[in-house]
Amino acid sequence: MMKSRSREEVFFKALMMGSLALVFLALTGIVAVIVAKGLSSLNLAMILETPKGGYYLGKEGGIANAIIGSLYLVTGATVLSFLISLPVALALQKEYLGKRFADITRLALDILWGTPSIVYGAFGFVVMVLLGLRASLLGGIIVLTLLMIPIMARAMDEAVRLVPFELKEMAYAIGANRIETTLAVVLKQALPGIFTGVILAFGRGIGDAASILFTAGYTDEIPTSLLDPVASLPLAVFFQSGTPVPEVQARAFTAALILLFIVLVVNIVARLLGWRFSRNILR
Amino acid sequence: MSKIEVKSLSVSFGSQQVLRDINLIIPDRQIVAIIGPSGCGKTTLLKSLNRILDLNEEVSVAGDIFVDGENIYAPGMDVTALRKKVGFLPQRPYPLPMSIFQNVAFGPRIHGLDTFRSGSDEKAGKKDMFALVEHYLRLAGLWEEVKDRLHAPAAKLSIGQQQRLALARVLSVEPEVILADEPTSALDPISAKLVETQFRILKKDYTIILVTHILRQARRLGDYIVFLYMGDLVEHEPAAQFFRSPRDEKTRAYINGEIS
Repeated sequence: MMKSRSREEVFFKALMMGSLALVFLALTGIVAVIVAKGLSSLNLAMILETPKGGYYLGKEGGIANAIIGSLYLVTGATVLSFLISLPVALALQKEYLGKRFADITRLALDILWGTPSIVYGAFGFVVMVLLGLRASLLGGIIVLTLLMIPIMARAMDEAVRLVPFELKEMAYAIGANRIETTLAVVLKQALPGIFTGVILAFGRGIGDAASILFTAGYTDEIPTSLLDPVASLPLAVFFQSGTPVPEVQARAFTAALILLFIVLVVNIVARLLGWRFSRNILR
Repeated sequence: MSKIEVKSLSVSFGSQQVLRDINLIIPDRQIVAIIGPSGCGKTTLLKSLNRILDLNEEVSVAGDIFVDGENIYAPGMDVTALRKKVGFLPQRPYPLPMSIFQNVAFGPRIHGLDTFRSGSDEKAGKKDMFALVEHYLRLAGLWEEVKDRLHAPAAKLSIGQQQRLALARVLSVEPEVILADEPTSALDPISAKLVETQFRILKKDYTIILVTHILRQARRLGDYIVFLYMGDLVEHEPAAQFFRSPRDEKTRAYINGEIS
């Protein structure tokens, strides 16, 4: 009896450790391949210059158009989806929406979360054709916003739901109304989780290629207006790895490296900010 | 002099009836202890008195409660004003996610009790709020322990200190009645004693309604005792009479520790 129980213990421990090892291996593997293949082409020109004539044949230039383009796209989309997701997450509290309606909303958001991004791209494209718009920064921002809202809203919703009921009761108990309780108590207590939601959606948004393929387009220029087409890092990776020229293929990995670096920096900054703003919360 | 009058109050959660036809008059400026076995509806009765019970799902309330002669279950009742007048102290203190200072200042601020704040002299306003915070922290018996770290997170306080901070927060909105739900049950004996001491001081100016499952605490603090059993009000009378000559068989059994 004792023996089989301890064998069980050993087995599950090995299973957990093995899975953990696999996760770390995958992460380091991805980073290692991208760094190894992308570092050789990484130089100032890659970051600061737009593609010159013959760039796609291995000549001069860089991917500043894609870096700036991605930052434009994802900054716009993050701001817009934040402005929409936060009220949605707060409204899902039982004080505002009934439980039934809130659960239906959650289901809808979950389905949207699971919808492949190419579907968003196709949908955005159809709408833009109807409106007579061409692929542009504005179109890309709107479709990315749609893609990011379900992720951000649901992550924020989970954070808001983790606020203990008794804590809200404390504010109500001294005569605070719903909005005072929400702003002064719920928002503060849920802040780290709200940050996490923003980061999660940001990561999905900056890395997505399919949704902006038709809606944002691609260009070697840095856009000067919301109606100009715009390049992006994921598409820079996609297009460059599709060329037969080895130098250009290596530049695809450089683009991936820069993408990875941006995600890393934003993650770290957001975590530091979240930590800074959460010193008052109850754990 | 009666402060609160409960008339044929019944409360159910969904299909389960928790309180049955409670009729009760609560005297002014005394400590009223609500006692009874667990699950008898003590907390429900307490929470019905400032309608914080409304926050629960599927709760239905029948009957009337009058505070200073005003029916608090009348349609159009301003519950925020009611809860300002009838404060609630919970079993476990949950400090608001802010500094110690802000925890006390929150209530006066939302109710506009810091009258100088909107005035032209910003400095005078701040000083005024500071005086308010100091006053209520003293009233809750916490000032000496926190005066040097008012801007530290309230979550860093010990649980006993957090409970007195919760008391300061309740007092800060100038209530007339304090509802306390087993306020010492999560505390160590020394902190519990501090809270009890504070209650004895406060009853000069406030009506305190205390739910407790500790019979000794009811004896120590209670001026008036309300005994609930399985959702029914069994007996209520001044403490001396209640403990010396209980009328009901169940009361006698409870006081003697035969049921708990």
